[in-house]
Amino acid sequence: MLDITNVHKTFFAGTVNERVALKEINLSLTPGEFVTVIGSNGAGKSTVLNITSGKLRPDTGTVRIDGNDVTKLADHQRAKFIGRVFQDPMAGTSPDMTIEQNMSMAYERGKTRGLGPGVTKKKREFFQEELKSLELGLENRLKAKVGLLSGGQRQALSLLMATFSSPKILLLDEHTAALDPQRADLVSRLTAEVVERHQLTTLMVTHNMEQALRLGSRLIMMHEGRIILDIGQEQKRKTTVQDLLHEFEKIKGGALDDRTMLQ
Amino acid sequence: MIVAVELGLIYAIMALGVYLTFRILNFPDLTVDGSFTTGAAVASIMIINGFSPVVSTIAAFGAGLVAGWITGILHTKGKINGLLAGILTMIALYSINLRIMGRANLPLLREETLITPLRDAGLLGTAMAVVVFSLFALAVKFVIDWFLHTDVGLAMQATGDNEEMIRSFGVSTDRMKILGLALSNGLVGLCGALIAQYQGFADIGMGIGLILAGLASVIIGQAIFGSRLIIIASLAVVLGSVLYRVVIQLALQAGLNPNDMKLISAVLVVTALVLPQWKFFKRIGGLANMRKSLTGAGAKG
Ligand SMILES: Nc1ncnc2c1ncn2[C@@H]1O[C@H](COP(=O)(O)OP(=O)(O)OP(=O)(O)O)[C@@H](O)[C@H]1O
Ligand SMILES: [Mg+2]
Repeated sequence: MLDITNVHKTFFAGTVNERVALKEINLSLTPGEFVTVIGSNGAGKSTVLNITSGKLRPDTGTVRIDGNDVTKLADHQRAKFIGRVFQDPMAGTSPDMTIEQNMSMAYERGKTRGLGPGVTKKKREFFQEELKSLELGLENRLKAKVGLLSGGQRQALSLLMATFSSPKILLLDEHTAALDPQRADLVSRLTAEVVERHQLTTLMVTHNMEQALRLGSRLIMMHEGRIILDIGQEQKRKTTVQDLLHEFEKIKGGALDDRTMLQ
Repeated sequence: MIVAVELGLIYAIMALGVYLTFRILNFPDLTVDGSFTTGAAVASIMIINGFSPVVSTIAAFGAGLVAGWITGILHTKGKINGLLAGILTMIALYSINLRIMGRANLPLLREETLITPLRDAGLLGTAMAVVVFSLFALAVKFVIDWFLHTDVGLAMQATGDNEEMIRSFGVSTDRMKILGLALSNGLVGLCGALIAQYQGFADIGMGIGLILAGLASVIIGQAIFGSRLIIIASLAVVLGSVLYRVVIQLALQAGLNPNDMKLISAVLVVTALVLPQWKFFKRIGGLANMRKSLTGAGAKG
């Protein structure tokens, strides 16, 4: 469903500020696969997502979604394939617009927009149904401005808006990191539900290792622009947070043994 | 005083254009000073050359569209800073406007214009004319309200509110900005055409400093009448424009010189931008929000 092949990305190449963000990334996701991504700060996790969404272009390599080569498409041109939730709860919604208007814009993802009314009765009923699944009472506040919602409510709404049009790929970049533990739990539970319901192919970045192990069907760990660990469903179930921490320690100490080097 | 109200209602069309760029797109567009005169020039020269006033006025709208479109292209494709893109178009338009007009002033006194029927019937300066101009301004307001609630309109609102988000929903924000700037300047051109016909001439300098009148209308109107909903915000702009002209009229009656008007406009806008920073006025939400969007400070908050 998603194929990232031979992708390199360097920022400010050829200057003193040169930052190699990705070194030869190869990553393939089969349809319905839910991959969690962990790694230290600056490992390149967000860059992988940004290259998938089209916010950034790779220096070399290709990105394919469902067989379509999207490497050269701008972010808005490939938006029809991709749902995104950002880390910042402010980023995924339009604060000055109402809940139903925000949802309408998401509902029209990737379609040609015309001069028809943005919010119709039919859409409104659909939105109400969808909002009920969040169990936050938002279905009764369709005409409230999104800027009035709490961070957790906004993030839950963003998640809904990113997914209800069944995108081919769902990208989540630390989308629970800015929330208090209770809200983070709620949003992470909703994430599991919605991915399950729509069978979404998902890439989720998180700093929470427990969450990374609990959610999803596969886990990858990144370090300094490379994928250094890639474990599937089976092995993931046997892995503990301790094991992951141990893995981190090994890298931090610079003691890269042969096994990790080969991966 | 009725004349001031009439003028305010006609200028409201320009103010609605300014509302589209400043408030909806969050884009400080200075093209206005040029495109206003372009509209006046196009309509006047066409009327003088025998075109019907309706066709000439529509053509003025079209000329404004093109002017805004150019600023949009400069900003999005040419990656030129928004303020500078507007200034570039505005200055280039000065030469173009002179070319269109052939000289610095075009009198329309003996021509048949859109205003002639009102003038011949002796209605100018009466309540009847105010009704006619109100209906026209409100018609434009309702078209804008309708447009902003279509799928394209929502995308345009979001372009000014949260660009990255609306791109992630597949909207080319470049295209939205170009469209918004074109529509805005189309309205400004239309307004220029109407003002030329109302006052009976087009003049090369008639657009100078006009952006401040537009801004003052938007700021004053929304501070007083609110901006929570689009339908209220756009009505506030129309009322703000009338209020602005009335204030100017009062200033003139108080003995100020017409040449002082630019200074007064500037002072009005500065006041509206600075007052909300004072504690007392912070409580007046509308004003504070206005300031946010105008200065860009925390506009995304
Ligand atoms: N737009 C950018 N311009 C310049 N450098 C960037 C940019 N984006 C990322 N980088 C650099 O690329 C590297 C990888 O960054 P990235 O944001 O992908 O890391 P990350 O794994 O998401 O880290 P974090 O956990 O802190 O979010 C870092 O060294 C970062 O400084
Ligand atoms: Mg990151």
